[in-house]
Amino acid sequence: MKSQSNKLFEPALVQTALKQSFVKLDPRVMIKNPVMFTVEIGTLVMAYVTFYSISNTGQGSALYNFFIFLVLFLTLLFANFAEAIAEARGKAQADSLRKTREETPAKLILADGTIKQVSSSQIKKGDIFICETGDTIPTDGEIVEGIATIDESAITGESAPVIREAGGDKSSVTGGTKVLSDEIKVMVSTSLGESFLDKMIALVEGASRQKTPNEIALTILLASFTLVFIIVCITLKPFADYANTPITIAALISLFVCLIPTTIGGLLSAIGIAGMDRALRANVITKSGKAVETAGDIDVLLLDKTGTITIGNRKATQFYPSKGIPREVFIKLCLLSSIPDDTPEGKSIVELANQLLPIGAVSSSEKEGMDFIKFTAETRSSGVKLSNGNQILKGASDAMRNITQKAGFNFPEDTAEEVKKISSNGGTPLVVTENAVVMGVIELQDIIKPGISERFERLRKMGVKTVMVTGDNPLTAKFIAEKAGVDDFIAEAKPEDKMNYIKAEQQQGKLVAMMGDGTNDAPALAQADVGVAMNSGTQAAKEAGNMVDLDNDPTKLIEIVEIGKQLLITRGTLTTFSIANDVAKYFAIVPALFIASIPALQSLNIMGLNSPESAILSAVIFNAIIIPILIPLALKGVAYKPIGATALLRQNLLIYGIGGVVAPFIGIKLIDLVVGLFI
Amino acid sequence: MNTELLGIIASFAITLVIAVPLGKYLANVFAGEKTWTDFLKPFESIIYKLSGINPKEQMTWKQHLKAMLTINSVWLVYGFFVLMYQDKLPLNPDGNAGMSPDLSFNTIISFVVNCNLQHYSGESGLTYFTQQFVIMFLHFTSAATGIAAAVVFFKAFRDKTTTTLGNFWEFFVKSITRLLLPLSLIVGLILAFNGTPTSYEGKDQFISLQGDTVNVSRGPAAGMIAVKHLGTNGGGWFGVNSAHPLENPSYLTNMVEVISQMIIPIAMVLAFGYFIRKRKFAWTIFGVMTIGMFMLLIPTIMSELGGNPAIEKLGISQTIGAMEGKEVRFGPAASAYWSTVTTIISTGSVNSMHDSGMPLSGLWQLLGMMINSFYGGCGVGILNYFIYLIIAVFISGLMVGRTPEFLGHKVEAREVKIAAIITLLSPLLILAGTAIASFVFGSYGDADWAVKPANWLNNPSFHGFSEMLYEMTSSNANNGSGFEGLGDNNIFWNISTGIVLFLGRFLPIIGPIAIAGLLGAKKYIPASAGTLKTDTKTFALMTFAVILVLNALSYFPALALGPLAEYFTMIGLRE
Repeated sequence: MKSQSNKLFEPALVQTALKQSFVKLDPRVMIKNPVMFTVEIGTLVMAYVTFYSISNTGQGSALYNFFIFLVLFLTLLFANFAEAIAEARGKAQADSLRKTREETPAKLILADGTIKQVSSSQIKKGDIFICETGDTIPTDGEIVEGIATIDESAITGESAPVIREAGGDKSSVTGGTKVLSDEIKVMVSTSLGESFLDKMIALVEGASRQKTPNEIALTILLASFTLVFIIVCITLKPFADYANTPITIAALISLFVCLIPTTIGGLLSAIGIAGMDRALRANVITKSGKAVETAGDIDVLLLDKTGTITIGNRKATQFYPSKGIPREVFIKLCLLSSIPDDTPEGKSIVELANQLLPIGAVSSSEKEGMDFIKFTAETRSSGVKLSNGNQILKGASDAMRNITQKAGFNFPEDTAEEVKKISSNGGTPLVVTENAVVMGVIELQDIIKPGISERFERLRKMGVKTVMVTGDNPLTAKFIAEKAGVDDFIAEAKPEDKMNYIKAEQQQGKLVAMMGDGTNDAPALAQADVGVAMNSGTQAAKEAGNMVDLDNDPTKLIEIVEIGKQLLITRGTLTTFSIANDVAKYFAIVPALFIASIPALQSLNIMGLNSPESAILSAVIFNAIIIPILIPLALKGVAYKPIGATALLRQNLLIYGIGGVVAPFIGIKLIDLVVGLFI
Repeated sequence: MNTELLGIIASFAITLVIAVPLGKYLANVFAGEKTWTDFLKPFESIIYKLSGINPKEQMTWKQHLKAMLTINSVWLVYGFFVLMYQDKLPLNPDGNAGMSPDLSFNTIISFVVNCNLQHYSGESGLTYFTQQFVIMFLHFTSAATGIAAAVVFFKAFRDKTTTTLGNFWEFFVKSITRLLLPLSLIVGLILAFNGTPTSYEGKDQFISLQGDTVNVSRGPAAGMIAVKHLGTNGGGWFGVNSAHPLENPSYLTNMVEVISQMIIPIAMVLAFGYFIRKRKFAWTIFGVMTIGMFMLLIPTIMSELGGNPAIEKLGISQTIGAMEGKEVRFGPAASAYWSTVTTIISTGSVNSMHDSGMPLSGLWQLLGMMINSFYGGCGVGILNYFIYLIIAVFISGLMVGRTPEFLGHKVEAREVKIAAIITLLSPLLILAGTAIASFVFGSYGDADWAVKPANWLNNPSFHGFSEMLYEMTSSNANNGSGFEGLGDNNIFWNISTGIVLFLGRFLPIIGPIAIAGLLGAKKYIPASAGTLKTDTKTFALMTFAVILVLNALSYFPALALGPLAEYFTMIGLRE
């Protein structure tokens, strides 16, 4: 999947696209694109004129008319090809994902409990199947029983196995991935042909592709430009009659086709498809083209702290014994308290302590026979009761202060000081007591992902506000927020806090994006304007969002925002380019139309084109070939740089506006030099 | 020559000195804030009471349009009949006849829509009664309609999200009581003291040095000529408009008239900024409009001062420039300035004959009317500009990768659709109108009309084409100036331009108000770093490019066949 070739024109795809270019000539298909539809009508008229001029005079030579017809026909094919190649690429991308899940044997559990081997194409939504070590999971589903390590590299390209288990937020499995160990029972969550991937393929293929709001608005604008040029060309006939200048049909139609925005009209749908395709290449399945476009408008981005801004969970970084307690003793106590503790924090304490203590500092007899005291919300501490009856507890400092003081001991001042220092540095202090006597404090720190603050800076320049969501206390949250460079944070967040935050921002008219995986994220995912569910998340989360990220990478939103912006920019710049082109085309065609009867208008022939015939032909040829020349740009998208809206406008106006005026002057002149050799 | 240019610079400078504070004043008046003219409130209350209006009643954009269209159709019917039967009404000392139905149709539409295209001559075509109670009355009300419509548009963007846009009648009445009446009084007095007639007497008579008996038309003209300019109306008392020695007696009155037609359009642009509390945005718009004006003005002055190559070829010296069709008391520079101003802001009054200008001057005048928003008419100028803004905002919004927004409101398919229709309208009316005229001229030259189509054009060839194009462009822009030389008082031109006038007026008011109403009702989106700012030089450049490219693309072939062909042919003569 990751190795998917990035070449724009794969020979196989080009072949399919070429075939489709002809299929798409069907007027019933063409009418969806008003600009190109009028070109098709013009082409048909030119076909008629060509035949007419074989035996009649007055409309120029049949050969010349045939050339104009040919160029117009090519214009149509080029535009169709642009759309077809974009579709073919998107489809190829989706197919390569789909291939991984075709025709895998599934071990279906029947109602009576027996297991039957069937093909994956035969299982339905609600069926339960079993997967053992080494099996490929036949289809998307949710684990109902068991826990397993799974290799998802076929989908995500990530080689490290992941753990999926029943219940909780990591219960989803994807078809095509492989069980590496253990055994799970999975309930099928989607029927064949209805998975997100299937939906996306349908979107790309055009079956269910709907125009996005911006695309509709742009189509209206382009249609109105087309109408203006219809008026210009129709009225030109009586104008020319007044000036006693006969105008051939070929010249009128050429002028018309050159003026209407064929460049953007031909590339418009290709740009949209390419946008979804780029999302797919980033391993994001979008449920609609609109979602990609909306992503470009996002104002606020909600990110979970853990796993997105920081690496996994907090880690122990320092041990601070209280006054009078030997350091080694303290570390040993910490280690003992955490041995049975399988929380990530506990594991990190064991890890750090083992690094600091000499080998054999803790004898195996000490570890035996200890009872684990579980963490509860009331005690807000956990620990162990050793076989010798000693009780070691670690927990939040205020909880531990209570325990100490209740037992009649003092909370040592140096430790209190240390606790404060750790908190203000964004760390989490864990106070350790032995039999209610404070022994010291462990510092836990969040490790901020390298490079993350640069990405937030980039988002800020795009105008996107980043918000960190965390269960930490406000002090810690603030420290991490500042260190990572996020603009705002929600501390001590409960699931409904996310929802409220989103609603409040939306109330102010902002568009909000968030990423989530858990079932309790589902309402917020649905509320957000762009909700990206992780593929590892629950089915509910995936249903609620409008995109699914196959990589489970929380920073993926940043890429999605850029893809959305690129999509709009590509449309805007190519529209500008297309319209700007008309200036040069006028200077080619208008003098050509009238030079015979109004010789003074030769002054308008500023390009010094050979003859009226070659001027018109050169203009339509330029108009046609600019489409294939711009296909790569349409497919790749115009590069987006977060340099601020005004600077971006200035830059794009310079390249595509001024460039759009200048390029055809050069292009038409060059073509005319060649065409002039033959005419 | 330097004093001539100095006169132009002084006129523009004085215009700004008046327009800037006037803009602030207008914003205050329409926002209902305290102003020094509040002493007129009791007078306004009487008007409201008499008309049964509650000026506090809030209207939606649809209700505004309904009110605007209703009152305008009342005037249409009233004026149509009064003009037709003016010979039976009082105040007709010269015994002028009633209008033919088609001329009355054309005239009443023309004045209701603030265009003031005149297919008659004021001296012989109207009576003092109709001059005052139809023409001058409509000078006030049509200007007030435009201003009130613009205020509705302002109102949509003053608050973050709103559906109520004030009261149309209040805006309308205040436009007259607080703006047009007081200013007309001042300008009218200046004109009266400088020789413009203000009398109800009929024609005067004198015997010239050659012994000919000369009849001189007069009438209560000064007041009307004041509001004719202040309200960007342009329909003169006399046939030759402000080129007439009594309508515009001296260089001083010439300055007063050219200044008075510019102050309200400029003030409205600045008032927009004060009203919505975004002054920088308004100054940016003003900047684009002003640069646009100078780009049309400078080449016009140059071509007029340069003189006519055809005359040069005859060996006649033209040290002061091209003087054909110009008044000696104004000279070519002041005439060029006036002709630019009157075409860009849709006044349409003239102090020289545009038909006699250089071909390129004609080109710039046509372009000014086609764009119709470099300041533009009273109130409607900024509405026209708004359409260009929407298109500029849409395309540049896409170019920066965001759904386009205008002043914090998303511009979506519906707004783009309305803007597209309005953009489409001008080329449709102008080009189709001219095309039909060309066709009738060529194919039905013998039609039995008041003026046979074959005799329409004083100048055949390219200039004749320009005359027809100018007439349609002027009608669509609600400008009202004529290239003249066109036999336009016949059923074809009366009816065709009447229709163009009507559509060219109301659709470009309905469209922008609808867009503003729709946008204003949408949720307000606070600006972020990704939001495109509309008050920057870059965006101003974008808007300018949109205006230029849209108009150039729509009209290039027509302009090539008219003024450009004439110009290049003339240049060819010189070589």
